[in-house]
Amino acid sequence: MGTYLIRRIAQIVPTLLFVSILIFGLQQLLPGDPAKVLAGEEQDPAVIAHLRETMHLDEPFPVRYLYWLRGVLHGDLGESLRMQQPVRALIADKLPVTIELACIAIVIALAIGIPAGVISAVRRGTGWDYGANVVALWGLSTPNFWLGIMLILLFSVTLGWLPASGYVSPREDWRANLAAMIMPAFVLGNAIAAVLMRHTRSAMLQVLSSDYVRTARAKGVKERDVVLKHALRNALIPIITLGALEFGTLLSGAVLTEQVFTIPGFGKLIVDAVFNRDYAVVQGVVLFTATAYILLNLIADVAYAIVNPRIRVH
Amino acid sequence: MDQRIRCFLTAVACLLAAGASAQTLRIGLAEDPDVLDPTLARSFVGRIVFASLCDKLFDIDDKLNIVPQLASGYEWSADNKALTIKLRQGVTFHDGEKMDAAAVKYSLERHKTMAGSNRRGELAPLASVDVVDPATVRLNLSAPFSPLLAQLADRAGMIVSPKAAEAAGDKFGAKPVCAGPFRFVERVAQDRIVLERYANYWDKDAVHFDRVVFLPIPDPTVRLANLRSGQLDFVERLAASDVPQVKSDARFKLTKITEIGYQGITINVGKSDLAQKNPLGRDPRVREALELALDRDGIVQVAMDGEADPGNQWVAPSNAFYAKSSPIPRRNVERAKALLKEAGVANPSFTLMTATTGDAQRIAQVVQAMAREAGFDVKIQSTEFATSLDMADKGQFEAYVLAWSGRADPDGNIFSFDACKQPLNYAGYCKPEVDDLLKRSRTTLDLAERRKLYADIAAIVLKDRPIVYLYHRHWLWAYTGKLDGVQAIPDGLVRVKGARFK
Amino acid sequence: MDTAVAVDAAGASGNAGAPQVVASRAVVRRLLRRPAATAGVVVVAMFVAMAIFAPWIAPYDPIATSFSTVRKAPSALHWFGTDEIGRDVLSRIVFGARASLLAGVVSVLISLAVGVPVGLLAGYAGGKTDVLISRITDAMLACPFLILAIALAAFLGPSLTNAMIAIGISATPVFIRLTRGTTLAVKAEDYVLAARAIGNGPLRIAVRHVLPNIVAPLLVQATLAIAAAVIAEASLSFLGLGQQPPQPSWGSMLNVAKNYIDNAPWMAIWPGLSIFLLVLSFNLVGDGLRDALDPRHL
Repeated sequence: MGTYLIRRIAQIVPTLLFVSILIFGLQQLLPGDPAKVLAGEEQDPAVIAHLRETMHLDEPFPVRYLYWLRGVLHGDLGESLRMQQPVRALIADKLPVTIELACIAIVIALAIGIPAGVISAVRRGTGWDYGANVVALWGLSTPNFWLGIMLILLFSVTLGWLPASGYVSPREDWRANLAAMIMPAFVLGNAIAAVLMRHTRSAMLQVLSSDYVRTARAKGVKERDVVLKHALRNALIPIITLGALEFGTLLSGAVLTEQVFTIPGFGKLIVDAVFNRDYAVVQGVVLFTATAYILLNLIADVAYAIVNPRIRVH
Repeated sequence: MDQRIRCFLTAVACLLAAGASAQTLRIGLAEDPDVLDPTLARSFVGRIVFASLCDKLFDIDDKLNIVPQLASGYEWSADNKALTIKLRQGVTFHDGEKMDAAAVKYSLERHKTMAGSNRRGELAPLASVDVVDPATVRLNLSAPFSPLLAQLADRAGMIVSPKAAEAAGDKFGAKPVCAGPFRFVERVAQDRIVLERYANYWDKDAVHFDRVVFLPIPDPTVRLANLRSGQLDFVERLAASDVPQVKSDARFKLTKITEIGYQGITINVGKSDLAQKNPLGRDPRVREALELALDRDGIVQVAMDGEADPGNQWVAPSNAFYAKSSPIPRRNVERAKALLKEAGVANPSFTLMTATTGDAQRIAQVVQAMAREAGFDVKIQSTEFATSLDMADKGQFEAYVLAWSGRADPDGNIFSFDACKQPLNYAGYCKPEVDDLLKRSRTTLDLAERRKLYADIAAIVLKDRPIVYLYHRHWLWAYTGKLDGVQAIPDGLVRVKGARFK
Repeated sequence: MDTAVAVDAAGASGNAGAPQVVASRAVVRRLLRRPAATAGVVVVAMFVAMAIFAPWIAPYDPIATSFSTVRKAPSALHWFGTDEIGRDVLSRIVFGARASLLAGVVSVLISLAVGVPVGLLAGYAGGKTDVLISRITDAMLACPFLILAIALAAFLGPSLTNAMIAIGISATPVFIRLTRGTTLAVKAEDYVLAARAIGNGPLRIAVRHVLPNIVAPLLVQATLAIAAAVIAEASLSFLGLGQQPPQPSWGSMLNVAKNYIDNAPWMAIWPGLSIFLLVLSFNLVGDGLRDALDPRHL
């Protein structure tokens, strides 16, 4: 177990290095001169030259990468040229927002996905199964930005129940914060709910046909207890560990949801940065997200390995 | 607990004391402004925030006349190479420092010399600034420059607090200190910019709000939805297709005014060798045929839902500098076909580069359809903004749908585009006689003479067609019916001064 | 992309890889016994037919503009209404099926074409090759899928082809992982060791022993991936990076329609509904396949 852990942790560093080279390289390959984008309407040659110098754009790729890497190792993720703010500060500002959005989305996903999965597994092949399937799948099948706009039209414009966009910090007003977050979180959570439902269903199916459960049934334990107390508890572990891996999906989903609902989080930050060629921001944010994702992966793998010693391949 | 209760009670007390005047105006912007430093600022939307944050030496009115703001009067010297400006008395910056001639000198020099300054080109002919006395400055120019006053009515004329600017250096934009009706409170990137009333503003009676909050919401549908659900009081750049909706809703008011900019098609006539390879870039008759194939009224109707004024010059037909001698040509497909035959290319083909924004796409598709009737085969190439800038600069295009936000002085709409080797001259147009006329139009201060010069320029440039001008959009503002006193100025900037809730 | 599903699929399809011979006719029968899956197959077939026979089905030319019929509501002349420059929405929906289906299928084909061989290589070769490939795969998976796709599409330039390439590349790591996992599991089986003992080359072993094993989970994952790819294309179009005008694609139609939601909602309803139906159908088929291929039934 110990060696497994150490080996996995040792794998993190080269992975992160690859991530940084991948994103750095991709950015440098993007056509279009970032200095020109940031130079604004007037395109003053002197301003462009000044920006090129500040961004080290005329130096060769490996040099630029090393400049950046050195900064990262000192905890400096560079500065957003468009907003003249350190990337670290931008992340610190936006991270709590996207995290809050993600958390509420996960709660919604769990609330929809797990019950749907349990019902689907227990009443396999019946109308319940079919119905629960469609409900959870609806989330995966609808483009989230479209769903978002439809919801805004219904709940904000027509009914006036919820705000159309924006974000209020929970410290300022927790009620307004929830009101602003509920639609985007629902849009995000939908997609995850489908995945969770499927995991729950297949995990439950596996457990329900296992010897352990057959024994319980033979012993005369009530079906309801069999499902909820025995099967679900066992199925929960793989469900939750796999759920942690959905972090990546959440972030992808957040990108578009935040655009539609104008939520100042990570997703919006990164899309705007790609379009504005604000390199430092893209690199910093992707590196940060990759690290988080990898750590989550590690935790999930370790938890899984603890539960099932057979799965320690490699 | 005790602390919190005390804070709460103080807050309540403050609110009660403020009474009816605790008013906040929430404005929805179409983009998130870039850095809030007048010297470094590069975007149109930032100027909207500056309109409330940083006063300038001059401003413009709805007829584009220069009116004094921080200045109280001005006088040109006999040779027009020196501008003496008298400054308003009793003006202070947000940090309490006095606004005087030394501050103006400091600000102008900052605009000219700071590394990365975007104002250098605007103040190019400014040689030096003299402090005549604490209430008078003299700007010495290397040559007479008629657009100068218009430049000083924009960011180049914004005066910043020398104390704050000196201390912050290039980080001034994080906490700008100016002399406008509102002072900077906070900014959360991509979320909000909050300004609050400056108690010692020189014109404080005209200010009727305690707070102004700018909220950038790029999606026009969502922006309007916010207005309708009550979270915003004001939205700028309403989508043209939403106008009927707002008009029919009694809760809201709509204001529109024609912009000082334009939308047009820039043609590569000499920026790169692509110009010679394509008949459109090579032969002026083909360009004339293209223009004759277009129905500007139709384009305005379909692309902008009628919310634009058709135009064929760099200034709108209602502008004082519009050359009436070169009116908008009517559509004439037969003549277009004849011209193409004369030029020897019955079915010329070219690629029309366009950004991925909504109206550019619609224009491209309508132009494609209209030009097809004259025999043109137009291929549309949608390019991401960053890439298109690069390609335009390198001349890697044949035609490009490009708009310009416009400047108060006509020079700002043509010099950078039609003078040889200027940064925005993507067409690669260069004619010595046009250059000469342009230079003369900037150095003479006589209005009648300038008008004549622009008419002469129009006669040549409209025949060569490096740019086919299409129309001038309407600035569309939608706001709550409770708001009164909103002044529409052709520069599209929202001026909060003078507005009030009923 | 759905890594968790991939892992789960691998697990479900056979207790760490005991060889399964997939009896296809039995599978199809089991697939069609589920009403949901059958409905999915029918709808997908419908859309495919629509795409193939588009010129005969569509009432108008999808790119023919008409300035007098801008944003007209659905009527007898135009069943789905017209769009912002007067084109018939129904015709654009019919032709748009081509772009959406192409985007879905081609992207996944790219992912398979790259992912399966690489995964095989990693799983079979082991050692440093495996480590290198695994780290790169992890790195790609660590980047949010859409960001990678956006960056790639921006790099390649906005067009449907480039969007497909971008989505295909971004989705590859999932298939690499899936193939590698199964390869590793199969590699250790007795009959494979035996095959190696008698001198069968790696390529032969890969084709005869590994591939048949991964067909099932790959099929499931691929079907689901098509669904996700269709949405990904719509997302890229929403940002301006997919199918460019005047050619129709449901995603780019939605991108334009969002500005006219209030005064021309039909512009958004039909493309959104079409995407939803197509994606839902693929998801249902994928689900059905997974159940039908579940070795517990064999």
